[in-house]
Amino acid sequence: MALLKAGKLVDDAWVHVSGDDALPADGPVIVPLARWQADSEALLGRGAPVGVLLRSNEPPESIADDLGQLALVALDFPEFKDGRAYSSARVLRERHGFSGELRAVGDVDLEHLHFMHRCGFDAFEIDSDDPERDWQIAESDLTVWYQPTADGRPTAIQRRHG
Amino acid sequence: MYRYDEFDRDLVTQRAKQFARQVQRRLAGEMTEEQFLPLRLKNGLYLQLHAYMLRINVPYGVLSSVQLRKLAHIARTYDKDYGHWTTRQNMQFNWIKLEDMPEILLELASVEMHGIQSSGNCIRNITADEYAGVAADEVEDPRVWCEILRQWSSLHPEFSYLPRKFKIAVTGSAHDRAAVKVHDIGLRLHRNAAGEPGFEVFVGGGLGRTPFVGQSIRGFLPTEHVLSYCEAILRVYNQLGRRDNKYKARIKILVHEMGLDEFGKRVEEEWQRIRDGALALPEAEVARILACFAPPAYETLPDACPELEAKVAEDAAFATWVRHQLASHKQPGYAIVNVSCTPIGRPPGDVSSAQMDALADLADEFNFGELRVTHNQNVVLTDVRKQDLYALWQALVTNGLATPNHALISDTICCPGLDYCSLANARSIPLAEKLSSRFADQARQEEIGEIYVNMSGCINACGHHHVGNIGIVGVDKKNSELYQLMLGGNAEEDASLGKILGPGFDEDGIVDAIERVVDAYLKIRKDGERFIETYRRVGADPFKEAAYSGTAQGG
Repeated sequence: MALLKAGKLVDDAWVHVSGDDALPADGPVIVPLARWQADSEALLGRGAPVGVLLRSNEPPESIADDLGQLALVALDFPEFKDGRAYSSARVLRERHGFSGELRAVGDVDLEHLHFMHRCGFDAFEIDSDDPERDWQIAESDLTVWYQPTADGRPTAIQRRHG
Repeated sequence: MYRYDEFDRDLVTQRAKQFARQVQRRLAGEMTEEQFLPLRLKNGLYLQLHAYMLRINVPYGVLSSVQLRKLAHIARTYDKDYGHWTTRQNMQFNWIKLEDMPEILLELASVEMHGIQSSGNCIRNITADEYAGVAADEVEDPRVWCEILRQWSSLHPEFSYLPRKFKIAVTGSAHDRAAVKVHDIGLRLHRNAAGEPGFEVFVGGGLGRTPFVGQSIRGFLPTEHVLSYCEAILRVYNQLGRRDNKYKARIKILVHEMGLDEFGKRVEEEWQRIRDGALALPEAEVARILACFAPPAYETLPDACPELEAKVAEDAAFATWVRHQLASHKQPGYAIVNVSCTPIGRPPGDVSSAQMDALADLADEFNFGELRVTHNQNVVLTDVRKQDLYALWQALVTNGLATPNHALISDTICCPGLDYCSLANARSIPLAEKLSSRFADQARQEEIGEIYVNMSGCINACGHHHVGNIGIVGVDKKNSELYQLMLGGNAEEDASLGKILGPGFDEDGIVDAIERVVDAYLKIRKDGERFIETYRRVGADPFKEAAYSGTAQGG
């Protein structure tokens, strides 16, 4: 799976560790919420950054108090029609001020990148022949935005009234 | 009306080009139909029984003559020479080819129109009172808030993959012509004791398979907070609305299952966090939009119009039309004119290209170049000088648009039904035609008086049957089309849901049954009582008895 950040394909230093799988000897890991809740001390004790994967039915509040310890939050789109993670992303960025990596995983396609980006995602695990081209297309379709979000783009109202 | 500035124009043009790109990806096989489906829905393109249907937004029902001529052109060039007004005040074309779509969207963009979010699980076209800005009973003009909501809801990055569709309506009058209590969010403008404008907010109303009347979640919301409050409602819904079953995914089910108190508490918590944030509206922006809705250049006229009175006295057909189609205007010497697009024996809400062109010309000649589309699938000319009414009426007669049936039994709401729709169980348009033909006699319609008949071809209720005084819903029983009869629905400020009367009828049987119900009403009503009032006074029993008398189920 390719990792897209700031429009570029990058090496992914993070490893997804699911359920009960053994932790790698070193390096940053992304674990499911339950593992984080059960094992946070051991995970932090490794001395490498930790990230948590939230399923779309797991609210961002479940890690709100832990965000200072997390370098990454991954939000899952089990299918693109499930839009809960758009709200979760904004809540993490705008309500809780999370400034680490916010990664979109699951059903991620060119046609969703722009809205994800606007909601605060800055990394995308995307299955595509040419993710960098996808990014360029997704980011060049529109130059006008009506809604203020944490991505800080000036809205139409702000531009109208300088 | 609101006119696009450079930003609105850029957005709609860019969106049209984006969709052209998406169509290319689909045609090149880079996307599956499943992936493409929500993208085309969000541009108004819906696959029906025979062809693609394109639904074009008419924001809160306000349309210019230039836009209407463009719709006529699209009907003539890309469709079968007619279009259809919908219950969301939109226009629908039923015979569109996918390969024509990019060109159609660019044509629409050239007149500040589009199909953005006219379908799909997102915030749909905002609807409003069709008399907004001119009604004599208006407290506040809802259009400025509709436009602010339109922009906020367009391409909202967070709310484009909601559990299900989401509908918002706004009214600014005591008498609710926008059916705000049967919307996901209904907004009613009023003034508090200090005379400040604000909204009463209703949430969780809706029709469909499981109808609910919306509940008041906030009695008074100062107008400047409308966006943050709606965003709070949508955020709670997007996170907690059910996604396991599309028939339980509307906000009404969430509010019902969670309870209004708990839902309201969550909205309040969210709203307190964001109410004074980036969604707060700058006064300059409200003023800019308000200026777009400044009243047209009315002449100072006496309210009484001797020319009109003389024509009414000498032309009985005109007098009938005047009696039914006009509403009180706040400006002396002017009238609000309801133009029926539901003639006797014809599909409700259909208009031909020639009729669209004629209406556009009449709007230019008599109505400052503007029109309104109503959720009853008709058109309104909001600002006609009383002295012009006779000339206007003559032109409407010439174009088949002068049926004097506003709010009468033949002025039905009707979904496309099995003639077009892949969801329907039964045809609804032929039934509407049959019903209006049965009650074609004008004197009889007038004797019956104000009554709303709404019909849907299936339980999804696009024809709003739950809120018709008389509601009809098509069901499929053993592969034959059957119609159930409901009574007691109402979409206005005292909204109520109709109740099914009993076993269903076939297509002829339902028309007979309605006739018997109406005859029973005429016998038992008290002076001046509308059908809904009689029903509420006496209950269903006398009507049930009448409906089934002489049938296998009755005596």
